[in-house]
Amino acid sequence: MNLFQIFSDIEKIDGDAPERLAYYSRRNWLKMGKRVSAAVAAPAVVAATINDAYAQSSGVVAALNFALTLEYLEDEYYRTAIGTSGLIPASDLAVIGQISKHEIAHVALLKGALGAAAVAKPAFKFGTVFSSYQTFLTAAQAFEDTGVRAYKGQAGALLGTDQLTVALQIHSVEARHAAEVRRLRGLRGWITDGDTGAVYAGEEITAQAGVDLVSLTGKSAVRARESFDEPLTKEQVLAIAAPYLA
Amino acid sequence: MLTQQNEKPGTDTLLSPEHPSMILGRRLFLRYAGYTAAAGTLLVTACGKTDLATGVSPQAVDLGTGDIGILNYAYALEQLEAAFYTQVIATPYSGMSADEMTILTEIRDHEIIHRDFFKAAIGSAAIMGLTPNFGAINFNDRTSVLTTARTFEDLGVSAYNGAGKLIKDVNYLLLAGKIVSVEARHAATIRDLLSAKTAAFAGDDVVAPTTGLDGALMPSAVLAAAQPFVQNRITANLG
Repeated sequence: MNLFQIFSDIEKIDGDAPERLAYYSRRNWLKMGKRVSAAVAAPAVVAATINDAYAQSSGVVAALNFALTLEYLEDEYYRTAIGTSGLIPASDLAVIGQISKHEIAHVALLKGALGAAAVAKPAFKFGTVFSSYQTFLTAAQAFEDTGVRAYKGQAGALLGTDQLTVALQIHSVEARHAAEVRRLRGLRGWITDGDTGAVYAGEEITAQAGVDLVSLTGKSAVRARESFDEPLTKEQVLAIAAPYLA
Repeated sequence: MLTQQNEKPGTDTLLSPEHPSMILGRRLFLRYAGYTAAAGTLLVTACGKTDLATGVSPQAVDLGTGDIGILNYAYALEQLEAAFYTQVIATPYSGMSADEMTILTEIRDHEIIHRDFFKAAIGSAAIMGLTPNFGAINFNDRTSVLTTARTFEDLGVSAYNGAGKLIKDVNYLLLAGKIVSVEARHAATIRDLLSAKTAAFAGDDVVAPTTGLDGALMPSAVLAAAQPFVQNRITANLG
């Protein structure tokens, strides 16, 4: 399975489904009187919101399918771990179970929203990561921090849309997951010194929008880098995910 | 845009009316009032509550409109968080562990960096330094401090999530995105301090269990929730 192929396939999806889904989407949307508190909205309504993507641009669809692919990976990863006897200590099951619950929900949400345009679930291979709990946690951290950075990298494609709100609401949940997994490993919840490699490429910067944060605030470079999470491009994310694709 | 301020930001920050930055704040306010009046959007309303200790009423603050208004909105929230954690570290609650002290100090520094960044980035259109109202918080009590921290962090996450779609400039959207995930990391960490190794870090009270979505609130709802912690009356017209 080649992720690049998936994204190229998405580009070929034609216009029928978009119009059909947009019709239902508008109906649902009107029914809600445009007053949706997304935090408590039913999945169908949120899905309807995302369906407006079809009326907008293939860029939005591509961004959501990219997100769905990452959620497929995370979902299978945690469900497999929970199903692996003796892997997760009882003390940590509540945390891993809560994360898994969210990844299942994210897959259902994105898949339902994309409808016929949703990419198929790829086959994954996780190799030896389930051989020990610490190895499992290390990869979990990498997936979560990559997920945070990946959603951030797609935000621009969703500028000004309701789909952006949904993506941001998933993005911050991934950040909560990342922080908690890091804490299970005895680390800080935020990306910091010692976090290196492809997952953390570009996280070392200490200036934002041309403002040098260290000279501005007198705080350390470590605090400055921790204060802002950086985005990853789609290509960077796919390179990180490639070893896990069967 | 993004001109750096000349003055070094105050190290910190429970701002008394005598504090130099409050005097600066009055200066900025006059400048800002002129600016907004010229733009025809002056929305100064009745002042907030009077500071009983000094008899001085903090000035009302209008965040403005458009992307600058959103940036000022974020600046206001970061001011609130920075002032809160500064006080937490200045007067540690009884029984604060070394680990908690380190974590809360790091969070304080992140919030100060966020605050000062917004001030520098917004430049002359930045709102004044706000005067916090933390009277309802018992800084000597761990539960009072950490539950307030949880409120602020969750509110910050919801605020950035809800404001995202109001942002017009993609560069500002990315900046907000870079910060909101750090706030979410704070939120999860604080929640874990309150209830270690449970589902609380992303509990069903804040992440909807059926959709897996975090909160998203519009500015009006966020400002209503934040207002009790700020003496200045805050107004905005952000959509």
